[in-house]
Amino acid sequence: MTDSAPRVSDHTVEQIVGRLLQLGVLIAALVVLAGGMLLLAQHGGAPASFSVFHGEPDGLRSIAGILRGVGAMQSQAIVQLGLLLLIATPVARVAFTLVAFVLQRDRTYVAVTALVLALLLYGLVFGHA
Amino acid sequence: MTAIAFALLVAGGSFGAGLLGALTGLGGGIVVVPMLTLLFHVDLRYAIGASLVSVIATSSGAAAAYVREGFTNVRVGILLEVATTIGALVGAALAGVTPTSYLAILFGLILLFTAIRSIRPRQEHALLTTPDKWSARLRLDSTYPSAGGKQAYSVQHVPAGFLLMFVAGILSALLGIGSGIVKVLAMDQTMRLPFKVSTTTSNFMIGVTAAASAGVYLHRGYIDPTVAFPVMLGVLCGALLGARILSAVNAKVLRQVFTGVVIVMAIEMLYKGFTGSL
Repeated sequence: MTDSAPRVSDHTVEQIVGRLLQLGVLIAALVVLAGGMLLLAQHGGAPASFSVFHGEPDGLRSIAGILRGVGAMQSQAIVQLGLLLLIATPVARVAFTLVAFVLQRDRTYVAVTALVLALLLYGLVFGHA
Repeated sequence: MTAIAFALLVAGGSFGAGLLGALTGLGGGIVVVPMLTLLFHVDLRYAIGASLVSVIATSSGAAAAYVREGFTNVRVGILLEVATTIGALVGAALAGVTPTSYLAILFGLILLFTAIRSIRPRQEHALLTTPDKWSARLRLDSTYPSAGGKQAYSVQHVPAGFLLMFVAGILSALLGIGSGIVKVLAMDQTMRLPFKVSTTTSNFMIGVTAAASAGVYLHRGYIDPTVAFPVMLGVLCGALLGARILSAVNAKVLRQVFTGVVIVMAIEMLYKGFTGSL
């Protein structure tokens, strides 16, 4: 860190990123809250039983399906969108860390961070493990 | 139970889990899954999906507070995330083929381990400044702010720590927990980082690790909105309040209460696992 004398220190970047993460969590929580309230208003009286695993329908487990559901103002899809935003916040954090290492011209850690980002996006976009 | 009653009760329980988790430093994620499965009879897969989401919320929500203290070792964190994310993807694949009774037993054992670690007083280890081959090559050594100014430290046993982190990633995905306890074990005990650096770097990594498997679980239909929304909001509010009142409460008594809860849950999970009733 000291030998290359970066213009942006690790700490400054981390501070900005920390704030952005909190903002991301706040937005995600508000979307989840809105969707949750709508869900209870529409289906609050329905019996809730989750003892048997059915798996979510297609519209609630793919990014495209969730976005379609949000377009149709489906409460469950709005909750999923909030959760998707939440899952995206740590991914954004890694992306910011990558930018910081690029600015520092730290080739080793650009490669390491890019690998982590690729693994995360692989899980989030393709969903295979 | 109607959806409203379910949401209110789960939100209340999750709030308590988040609050106690933040106050004791053990994290709320470890009790969310037992609470959902044992008290609310939620299928283990839905419980794991909801719990992982709440783990991300608390990790990202607390990030700014941790960063302000200036302890996180970003290089150590990102390097070890290679191990935890690969572990998380492996764990997510294993979760699909592992019988739930095995998962319940594993969960019980992790709960017991957590209880034991929280009872035993933490031993402060001396900081080492002997250079390590891997640490030097990867420029992991750093400094952290202490009472006497900047304190230098050297990172030890990088390969062993990396391997432990791979295990932490598998556990995180399989059980829907943050695995903070294994992460701190790897960084504090094995890699010999200062304790404050271990905990803050661990928080940095927990959200990233959980996001890797949460993405997979979303596609696999483990994340149900009706289960996940009260859990996420409850744990997040509890954890935020816990962080605020941390200095005003007697953490020692709370830690004992929380440890008691964890032990009861451990016995219950082990029982359900061995009798195959989960």
